[in-house]
Order: sequence, then structure tokens, then C-alpha cells
Amino acid sequence: MDFRLSDEHRMVQQMVREFAEREIRPVIKEHDRAQKPIPWLFERMAALGLMGICIPVKYGGAGMDYISLGLACEELERVDSSLRVVMSVHVALNSLSLLQWGTEEQKQRYLVPQAKGEKIAAYALTEPGAGSDAAAIRATARRQGDVYILNGEKTWISLADLADHFLVIAKTDPEKGHRGMSAFIVERSFPGVKTGTLHGKLGVRAGNTGWIVLEDTPVPAENRLGEEGEGFYIAMAALDNGRYTVAAGAAGLIRACLEASVKYANERMTFGRRIGEHQLVQEMIAKMAANYEIARLLYLRAGWMKNMGLRNTRETSLAKWFATEAAVQAALDAIQIHGAYGYSDEYDVERYLRNAKGEVIYEGTSQIHTILQAEYALGYRRDRPLRCELPAYDPEIWRAEPAMA
Amino acid sequence: MHIVVPIKQTPDTTATITVDASGRISWGDAPLIVNPWDEFAIEESLRLKEKFGGKVTVITMGPESAKEALKQAVAMGCDEAILLHDPAFEGSDTVVTATILAAAVRKLGTVDLVFMGKESVDGNSAQVPPALARRLGWPLLAYVGKIREVDPAGRTMVVERILEEGRQVVRAPLPAVLSAMQMNEPRYPSFMGIRKAARMQIPIWTAADLGLSPEQVGAAASAARWPAVFAPPKQEVQCEFLQGESPEEIARALVDRLLAEKVL
Repeated sequence: MDFRLSDEHRMVQQMVREFAEREIRPVIKEHDRAQKPIPWLFERMAALGLMGICIPVKYGGAGMDYISLGLACEELERVDSSLRVVMSVHVALNSLSLLQWGTEEQKQRYLVPQAKGEKIAAYALTEPGAGSDAAAIRATARRQGDVYILNGEKTWISLADLADHFLVIAKTDPEKGHRGMSAFIVERSFPGVKTGTLHGKLGVRAGNTGWIVLEDTPVPAENRLGEEGEGFYIAMAALDNGRYTVAAGAAGLIRACLEASVKYANERMTFGRRIGEHQLVQEMIAKMAANYEIARLLYLRAGWMKNMGLRNTRETSLAKWFATEAAVQAALDAIQIHGAYGYSDEYDVERYLRNAKGEVIYEGTSQIHTILQAEYALGYRRDRPLRCELPAYDPEIWRAEPAMA
Repeated sequence: MHIVVPIKQTPDTTATITVDASGRISWGDAPLIVNPWDEFAIEESLRLKEKFGGKVTVITMGPESAKEALKQAVAMGCDEAILLHDPAFEGSDTVVTATILAAAVRKLGTVDLVFMGKESVDGNSAQVPPALARRLGWPLLAYVGKIREVDPAGRTMVVERILEEGRQVVRAPLPAVLSAMQMNEPRYPSFMGIRKAARMQIPIWTAADLGLSPEQVGAAASAARWPAVFAPPKQEVQCEFLQGESPEEIARALVDRLLAEKVL
């Protein structure tokens, strides 16, 4: 066993850290307050190769591994969750689903521009009446010759207003429950696609979240991802990747809380000594330090399993559940350590709390993950192989240049 | 063009530097970085390479762990990297460092430019660029803020030097030694660069490889001695808020205080 990061991983970490510190940290507070995404964010992230970090070079990506994806998410969320959300939605939920399930034509047409960051991608599963109970969605896709006609409403969709491509899950057979679902690649330019913004979120206020309405939207049959009836499995496999990025990001959020708390505890004096010398403050710091290490090890194991091509639904769920719950606690404690200052937006820790709270809700609530973990432990749940697994990371394949056309 | 960039691995600028009773300097577990002044030189060299072709070779004198700094430079786009490492180098002062760097530049063969930061953020002596120019017998263009033109065929270049009195425009023949001010926005390493850097086997050149005898390097060859090293005494800082009805009134109070404290 080797717990060291490779040179490559360390350089990825350093590069992303520097980018987030240098370019995002100085402006994030004003964007969070104004509930406005940073307008140049995608362009900068694309220029650095982040929008296709773990996608093979031949599909327009940077050819790094899944651990690099996690490390990048940790560094991005250490500065603000809205940055990591881009990685979760654009890279993990959408682009990796194309890599896993897509035909070669779909990869060329959609994955390549996404990995280059020329097109932005989102993932549309949740509906006003269906969140945790994904099989209860009501969006429909009716086959009509060479096209499917999609109708329905999706909500709480990150990047809804900004994305060019949506991975939409809809029912092709409403009678069949989760086996009646299919996945579609929908372009914003298709007829009947409308989106709008949701304002007033507690956290991730610099991130765009919205709704999508599809009204008799014709989607070419070749834009169906996977087989008809495979949509639920595609949606869940996507979450195995999305949750991984959330877990890694949450580790970054815990680290941000820890760093802010350590700094403040060494500056602020009470009763004639630094507050860090008071045991009750130490207890909170110790828990943050421990939880950061646990969260980090859990997500890195999940990333390693992805590299190896091992099924990781259970391990990713555990990493996500643990890290996000610990992030909420770390943010609460960070505010407590900062006292009244922590309660104001003069310091960053109140933003950390608002951002952390969303994470125990999206990509599987903590309750869903609790049940999953119990069911695995009790032997009630076993993962069956998928028709298409997320491909194991192979540096030779990932780094091969595309064949000249 | 072949540009050589000598860099230094330094503690992070945010590191807390402490000096213990016996004069040992420590930066705790703060990360080591490429000297930020050298990053400007790397960036400028890469831009010259992109414009005129050729290659950028990055070199550093230091311990084995300084390879990390070299890899960072390769990840940014430098083509080759060489570590100058020999236990005999230990304790070299700035002039001996220049001797070692000059030997490395000569060993590299045809070199058009040596480009480095104006100083390191740890030593802050700014002595290595002039000493290196002297050792090589090349013109020194120190404190360069802008490159105006380069004529690789005519073997000249024109730069703007940033002096306390203003900017000075200088033309010099090539090869030359340049030291960089904050003259650009250094790029981040690219993923392609990171992959290349991670794989790269960095050669190590010892004193023998450079044709230097043990007497020519290290503490013994150095003129500078360090009889005592101590941290500067902590300055007591007091913070005072000036009150007033209007900004003008506060400004007047501020001027009075500055005059009273003989700051103005």
C-alpha cells in the first residue's frame, strides 16, 4: 500500500490550488452576495483543462486519472463550492456518463466539445415531485419514428441557464417504474427547451441553479444514451461519479473550515491566552482535523477504485455521506470558534456553512446514504454488473492522441 | 534560441520563518516553491521560445528535493531540466553559486540568454545575476521590466530596465544575462506539462561533471561568512483609529499625526 501522492497528483493539486487562490478567492464573496456566477469561470477552467480533466486526450480531455478529478474538486471547494459544482455536473454527471455509455458518434459529437470546455453540460434527473425517489419522475419520452418527443419539468438543475447540453432522464414506458426510464442528450437549441433561474438558495449562491421545461421537444433517436429502459441505471451510475466529486469537495470544505479556525484560534485572545489554548476549542479543531483525514482517505479510496475499474457505489456513497455530514459539522464549529465574527459575512465561515448544508441534500440525502450503507452491511443490497462500466484508467489509452481524420 | 533559466527552490512566501538560538533557520513544514521572481523569468523565456522557437532549459543548484521545483518549471513548459547537486556545493555563497551556474551554462553549449529572477525571496541578495554575468563574461541586464525587441539573427536585444529613477532602455549583444522584475503573469502548469514533468528523469551534474574541483566550491571557496544569524527583533505595532466628523477632518488629523511622528 502506498499512501503518497505521485508527482503528477501533487502538481495537479498545486496548480488547481493556485488558480483558486489567485483568481477566485479575491472575487468570490461579492459574487456569492450578489447571487451571480463568475462570468469568466468556464473560460478559465477550460483554458486550464479542468473541464475535461479525467477525459482521454482523444476525446478532447486532459488525460488525467480519476484521483486527479478528486484532488481538483478538493482544491476548488476549499475556496468555493460553486467551483466544484461545475466539476460535479459538467465533468462527473454528464461527461463521464458519455464516456461510460456513449456510442463513438455521441462521444465525438458531445463529449469532445464538453471536455474542451467549448460546450457546457448539465444533468437533469430531479423533478418538482421526484428527488430521492428517482423512479417517480414524470417526464416522458414518446418514440415517434426517428425521434423521441420529450415532455416534462426538471428542477434544482445546476447550470440550467448556462449549459448547452443536458442529460435528461425521462420515462419511455411510464408503466414500468425504474425499468421504464431512458436517458437522452438534449441540446438547448432543440425546440421546446426552456430554462429559468432559481434564486434565494441558502448556499452555493455564486452557482447557477434552475429549472428546465421540455415541451414536445423532438430528440433524435441517436441521442438516446444507452438502451431504452436503461435510464435508471445510467442515472445511478452517473451519481457514483457525481457523489465522488461531492465527497472530495466536502473534504476541501472541511479543510477550509479547519484552516480558518486554526488561524483565528491562534490570533484571538480570551482570558489572557489564545483561544486555541482552551480545551473546548481544541476539541472542535481536533474533530475537524480527524474528519478531514477520514474524508480524504475515503474519497481517495473511491478514486483509486475508479482507476482500477472496480465497482464503487458502496464506497463512494460512504465517502459522500461521511464527508458532507462532517463538512456541515466543521462549518458549524468554525462559526462557533469565530464567535460573532463567524456569524457575519466579514469572514468566510458562514458561507462554508450555507454551502455545506446543500451537500447533505443533493446527490443522495444523508438519509438515502444511511439506508444504502445499512442495506450493504445487512446483505440486503448487492450491486449487479452494468452493461457498460466506467472504464478503468489506463494511462496509455487516456494519453493517446486522436487519430488524424 | 536557447534560453537557460537558473531557478531557486525557496520556502513559500507565506511561511513563518524562525531562527533558533544556534542560528538555524526554519520555515516549519511550509511548502517549498519556485522562487516567485524566477517564475517571471520562466514565463518570459517561454514567451520568447513561443515567438522565436528554440528551447528553455531550467537549472537549479540544490538538494535532490529541488527536483520538485525543476518539475514545476517543466510543467509550465520548459523543455529540459538539470539539477546541480554535489555535497561539496553545500555552504556556497552567492559568488561560488555563480561559479557553479556559469560552469553549467558553459557545459550546455550554445546559449543565447540566461534569464533569472532579480533575486530570491529567501536570500534577497540579488548578487547571483551580476556575479554570473561576470563569470560568463556576458553583459548584464538587471531588473528588466520589459523586453522591447529581440533580434536572434542580429544577435542583439533591447530591454527596459526598471530603476529607482525611472525606466532605462538598453541595447545589448547576445548572449546576455537578464534578471526579471514583475514583468508578466506567470502561467499555470498545463496538464500536458504535468504529465511530461512527472515522467521526466532529471539528470544530476556534480562538481566533477562541471569540471570544478572541490576547492573551487562550497563553504571553503566562499568569501562570505555568517558569524551570527538572528531574527530581527519583533516590532511593537500599535493601531489607532482617528475619529472625526468628516473625511477632511480625519485627513487633517492624519497629516498632523504623520508630521508629529516625523513620518513626513
